[in-house]
Amino acid sequence: MQTPAPFEYERATSLAGAIAALHDGDGDARVIAGGHSLLPMMKLRLATPERLIDLGDLEDELSYIREEPGEIRIGALTRHVDLLRSQVLAEQFPVFRDAEEVIADPVVRNRGTIGGSLCQADPGEDLSAVCAALKASVVLRGPAGERVVGMDGFHLGPYVTVVGFDEILTEIRIAKRPHGGSAYEKVERRAGDFAIGAAAAALNISGGTIVAAGVALRALAPTTVEIKRAEELLRGSRPSEELFAQAGEIAAADCAPTADGRGPVDYKRHLAGVLTKRALRRAAARALQKEA
Amino acid sequence: MSVQITVNINGEDVTREEEPRKLLVHFIRETPGLTGTHWGCDTSNCGACVVLMDGEPVKSCTVLAAMAEGHAIRTVEGLERDGRLDPVQQGFHELHALQCGFCTPGMLMTARALLDENPDPTEAEIRTAISGAICRCTGYKNIVAAIRWAAEHPAAVEQEA
Ligand SMILES: Cc1cc2nc3c(=O)[nH]c(=O)nc-3n(C[C@H](O)[C@H](O)[C@H](O)COP(=O)(O)OP(=O)(O)OC[C@H]3O[C@@H](n4cnc5c(N)ncnc54)[C@H](O)[C@@H]3O)c2cc1C
Ligand code: FES
Ligand code: FES
Repeated sequence: MQTPAPFEYERATSLAGAIAALHDGDGDARVIAGGHSLLPMMKLRLATPERLIDLGDLEDELSYIREEPGEIRIGALTRHVDLLRSQVLAEQFPVFRDAEEVIADPVVRNRGTIGGSLCQADPGEDLSAVCAALKASVVLRGPAGERVVGMDGFHLGPYVTVVGFDEILTEIRIAKRPHGGSAYEKVERRAGDFAIGAAAAALNISGGTIVAAGVALRALAPTTVEIKRAEELLRGSRPSEELFAQAGEIAAADCAPTADGRGPVDYKRHLAGVLTKRALRRAAARALQKEA
Repeated sequence: MSVQITVNINGEDVTREEEPRKLLVHFIRETPGLTGTHWGCDTSNCGACVVLMDGEPVKSCTVLAAMAEGHAIRTVEGLERDGRLDPVQQGFHELHALQCGFCTPGMLMTARALLDENPDPTEAEIRTAISGAICRCTGYKNIVAAIRWAAEHPAAVEQEA
């Protein structure tokens, strides 16, 4: 039987209270959202918090997908199942639905949250690449107030983010841009598993020209990698198979995979190229559909 | 350090002194008469421990009992009503959807939740719904057929005692 080491447990009744409890914990307290990353880690003693602050009762406040005039706002406690079923996201950012269909299994998706996924920062976790390709930002709230951090500055390494010990991620914000299309491509060993490699792409196409581009890979480096050279190549170009193949070659060169049970480095680089190309192809098709 | 934990299981409040680290699956199984919920992989992969939490299937090896306080838990024992099997139980019986039976409680609860939400699922929808549950015996074919049977017999009653 796997059981976590002992800890004290409390239910947060307000966001401010949870932040104060984290602050008082001085690094030994942790929040628990869906618990589907943290509890497995605690069973393996890879995490041994002395105090758990359960955010479960804040769901009414922190679980939402809101369409504002210029952006979409997603509450940190929004579960995978709600991201998968959201009409607003399917319309605005279909990359979410692509990814959610292949994140874990439907029962796990009933519990895991977007905030937990991003904060866990597992190198194979999918939503970080989705948010990075969409150039999202996240809202972190701590004792001193709020700060907004772009996804490009969010990860510090595998399992490490900029979230302070007394901060809570409250919201994800994604700017809406016209004529956008986005897509996610993932290869896994079996249904419901973490990725061997995955690529997220987001494009905005105006007058036949790509005006904004985001390409991010997951599981193909110690943390999310945004393929900046590919984004630069895409911006200002007209979408074509050759262009996407070229972007794929850049992704294969610029990623930094390691060999493990999921495959050797040359195979993963090959995947990076192919998945980038496919994601761009589908993102472009979706963007052009909107422009038409 | 123990705390008092109350979990509502199949409509009844169960209260015990437990450590906060007590997992929901063990809290349930250590309640007299409720060993129907199984626990297998302990890593949220196999689905043997699936119970319904406010009507949604969850893996109870990855939920703390304390987190379940204030929510309604339904286990495989809660499927039967007044001596009548639930249609999913009847379907598994009719179509021979279990061999060793280890995965069965989780499969039944996952199936119940699917049918509550989607009373007429396609084979593909059934396969997706049970994709988080592993059966080492049946090859899934009869499980899928049994869930379809339940969809077609929503008011099934136990035919033979
Ligand atoms: C069998 C299985 C398969 C899986 N497969 C995949 C997969 O294919 N792809 C994938 O992407 N993921 C996968 N996951 C992970 C799943 O998506 C998790 O649900 C998710 O990573 C964590 O979300 P959570 O709400 O459960 O977080 P928790 O486990 O509650 O928390 C994770 C970490 O984040 C912190 N945290 C949580 N919320 C906040 C917040 N709002 N602010 C600050 N810190 C916070 C916690 O303190 C903890 O350190 C899988 C999980 C399982 C069990
Ligand atoms: S014991 Fe919970 S999923 Fe296997
Ligand atoms: S019947 Fe034996 S594991 Fe499913």
